[in-house]
Amino acid sequence: MDLLTAKISEVAKNIKQKKISSFEVCDFFLQRAHKHNPQLNAFININDSVTEGARKVDQRIALGEDVGLMAGIPMGIKDMFCTQGLKTTAGSKILENFVPPYDATVIDRLKKQGALILGKLNQDEFAMGSSNETSFFGPVKNPWNLEYVPGGSSGGSAAAQSARLSMATLGTDTGGSIRQPAHFCGIVGLKPTYGRVSRFGIVAYASSLDQAGPMVSYVEDAALVLEVISGFDPKDSTTTQRKVPSFTKDLSENIKGYKVGILKEYLKKGVLHPDVEKSVDDAMSILKSQGCEFIELSVPMTEVAVSIYYLVATSEASSNLARYDGVKYGYRAPFKQLSSIDLDEFYMSTRGEGFGKEVKRRIMLGTYCLSSGYYDAYYNKACQVRRKLSEEFQQAFTKCDVILSPVATSPAFKLGDKISNPLAMYLNDIFTVSTNLAGLPGMSVPFSISKEGLPIGIQLQAAPFNEQKILNMAFNLENATKMSGKVPYGF
Amino acid sequence: MDFRGYEPVIGLEIHAQLKTQSKMFCSDSTKFDALDNENTSPVSVGMPGALPVINKKAVEMSIQAGLALGCQIRHKSVFARKNYFYPDLPKGYQISQYDQPLCEHGKIQFVLDNEVKTISITRAHMEEDAGQSQHIGEYTLINYNRSGVPLLEIVSGPDLRTAKEAAEYARTVRQILRYLDVCDGNLEEGSLRCDCNVSVRKIGAPEFGTKVEIKNINSFRFIEKAIEFEIDRQIDMVEQGQKISQETRLFDPDKNQTISMRSKENAQEYRYFPDPDLLPVIVTDEEIQRLKSLLPELPVQRAQRFIKEFQLPEYDALILTAEKELADYFEKTALQSKNAKAASNWIMTELLRELKQTEKHISQSPVSEATLSELIGMIDQNIISGKMAKSVFSECWKTGKSPAQIVKEHNWVQITDTNAIEKVIEDILAQNPSQVADFRGGRTKVFGFFVGLAMKATKGQASPDLVNQILTIKLSGQ
Repeated sequence: MDLLTAKISEVAKNIKQKKISSFEVCDFFLQRAHKHNPQLNAFININDSVTEGARKVDQRIALGEDVGLMAGIPMGIKDMFCTQGLKTTAGSKILENFVPPYDATVIDRLKKQGALILGKLNQDEFAMGSSNETSFFGPVKNPWNLEYVPGGSSGGSAAAQSARLSMATLGTDTGGSIRQPAHFCGIVGLKPTYGRVSRFGIVAYASSLDQAGPMVSYVEDAALVLEVISGFDPKDSTTTQRKVPSFTKDLSENIKGYKVGILKEYLKKGVLHPDVEKSVDDAMSILKSQGCEFIELSVPMTEVAVSIYYLVATSEASSNLARYDGVKYGYRAPFKQLSSIDLDEFYMSTRGEGFGKEVKRRIMLGTYCLSSGYYDAYYNKACQVRRKLSEEFQQAFTKCDVILSPVATSPAFKLGDKISNPLAMYLNDIFTVSTNLAGLPGMSVPFSISKEGLPIGIQLQAAPFNEQKILNMAFNLENATKMSGKVPYGF
Repeated sequence: MDFRGYEPVIGLEIHAQLKTQSKMFCSDSTKFDALDNENTSPVSVGMPGALPVINKKAVEMSIQAGLALGCQIRHKSVFARKNYFYPDLPKGYQISQYDQPLCEHGKIQFVLDNEVKTISITRAHMEEDAGQSQHIGEYTLINYNRSGVPLLEIVSGPDLRTAKEAAEYARTVRQILRYLDVCDGNLEEGSLRCDCNVSVRKIGAPEFGTKVEIKNINSFRFIEKAIEFEIDRQIDMVEQGQKISQETRLFDPDKNQTISMRSKENAQEYRYFPDPDLLPVIVTDEEIQRLKSLLPELPVQRAQRFIKEFQLPEYDALILTAEKELADYFEKTALQSKNAKAASNWIMTELLRELKQTEKHISQSPVSEATLSELIGMIDQNIISGKMAKSVFSECWKTGKSPAQIVKEHNWVQITDTNAIEKVIEDILAQNPSQVADFRGGRTKVFGFFVGLAMKATKGQASPDLVNQILTIKLSGQ
């Protein structure tokens, strides 16, 4: 077994059978993390005590206890997830030293299945960004080419997994933050249906869009992690009561008879990087040969999805981020004499110094959208159009099982290329935001390598709660291309 | 009421703390006497990623309160975020209800100065409380125990016209909530809080004047005083040609005046929007019916029933139903003694007086319903006189003994033996010939003198009725 390429189930099985100890596995990844992090800046904090947890798992196995589906597997966790006793920064100065006294529900579920936390991963500040350049802790580099961005906001997760510094990672996706970096770094990323996975304990960016999901090396690993983290949570009223399917057991490459939708709006000439366009064509050929039927569809509202997204997400964010005020925890601007300052000054200094530029930009946008006099024209209108978009997708999925598309218009771009042009950066989310707005499951699976040597993924979307369909299709593509689990040169 | 040709327009916002065991959106306790910040959790102090979950009990209590306030219950109501910054508001927003409240379009009635008043309830919505700030020297300490405690905000229409009416309205709302057992109605502890909106306009004017909000008034008496002061202040200003500014004022009970707290000129921008962390509250007709069937009889209904069933005067009925425990006490006594009129009289005079003097609540009365019923029975059966009964009652109150026991111990049994009374009266008349002559000469006032002597001779035990009858006969010389 090669830890650089092994699947989670294989490693967990070997740990349980005492062919390798969890300690050895954790130590292997811990050393890789320490060795390569200076190049990549993928981790904000590496958890050296992961080996202590590994020893406990090994002891429990020695005692013959049931240690769960992810026994002794070290995982990197995006810094949006609250982890008891471990700093959780959300990539922001304002939470630089925040140590949560509780675990997010998904962390709790992973731990119950024996998973261990290897470290907390870098990200765009409060998940606001598409390049990981807005992090207070500095940008993350793409392991395929250190001059390129890893994508965002879960850039640390994508980079760490791509360079195989971890067995698996967890990301969050509000407008593409799992799928786009997975595409940029050549890994598998899955955003589940809204309500499938609990949001409790995940730092909130836009509550009606946020979902947590796996960012891993293989489709099978994605199915396993999804199975573990899914399901109703009494602490999150937006989670569904639906039973969680056995995604791993039902994983099958047989997709014969699947109807695959292609959206007219996504395939406008001249918009796509030629290699991305070619990948979509090649993927269609493979799927056709596997017995899939293709249908051209139209979801007109996707044309305005980016606008809706930036209205809804920023509105919710402006309210979600109000709690970071320096009163209870987190960063507080230094004041010599508390009695001499007024409250507004206290807030303005603390938040002014604690938040980065992009976060402040979005808070202001959202505050504006929700203000009386603008509410109807912006927030309310965006909600109406969003409902229309959902209806259109609902219609589309009466005609097809899966919608296939690019993840982004191009492979990864260079560091610094778009950071000074927010609008260009926002347009990067053009293919991914609709999934969140309509609450659909979406996935990015590695497909090819561009002429510049950068990975290209394919995006698959399905109707709500049809994760199995996109997993199966991705599984099929993965077996056809053998592009998963490739570790870039130098790692 | 005369207001110098002006008409005051008053509306009340009552914040009632619901009597749930846990908070509105998490399982923290709501116990009042907890240590500072003891009743907190990641949810109630707004930690990152913490999410609210609606307390079902709070919704049920709110629906019951809404029904009792005559409101329509929305089948779908929505929690919204009210965004503003303040240190005691841990999330930077309060979860409340905005354009789709749980209860709306209600009304309540009460009697004031022999007139039935009907006041509309615009809405009653659920929300969470904030924490409390405490300023110590140059520091401000915050206690989040109250953060997230469930409140029902009951908003009246602008229907109230006098300070007295406003206070009576507030008392009635409190009474209803206490009857339902959904709020303990304690103004000092803050489980009931009242904001008053006051404006004045020339009688007949079509538009309302600019309203001023008076906040944090912690007694019904102060509601009345604060509004009275405010009405006068506003009329004075208008009379002097000054403009009333929209503002929030506080009532200072020591100075008996309202003082400006903050101007509302630059209107607060709360940026309300539906809370994406919570699903809409869906209430079915069946659920509303079920909760309705569990409602206890309300004060107004009970007073009306007392008037009808027990032939009580309206005044008595209203006083006896002012508190649920008192109404229960009366009803039990009336049924046990089979003499509702007597039960009402005893409670309204002796019992309420003793309770007031000893500062006891009806639930702490040493005289139980059974004891009072027994006492009334003894009067009705002529075992003791009404006058003696008062002494017996006061002994009961002091000792907790039964009336029968007290009567026996003091040998307070009424003398109803006519022969014995005749004998006593004959002796008295024989010993006081001049007064007998006076009476027969037309000075009938001395009748009382003879009664007094007869009662004295029998140590007060002679039946007053028999003494009167026999004395009348004897004096008339028959």
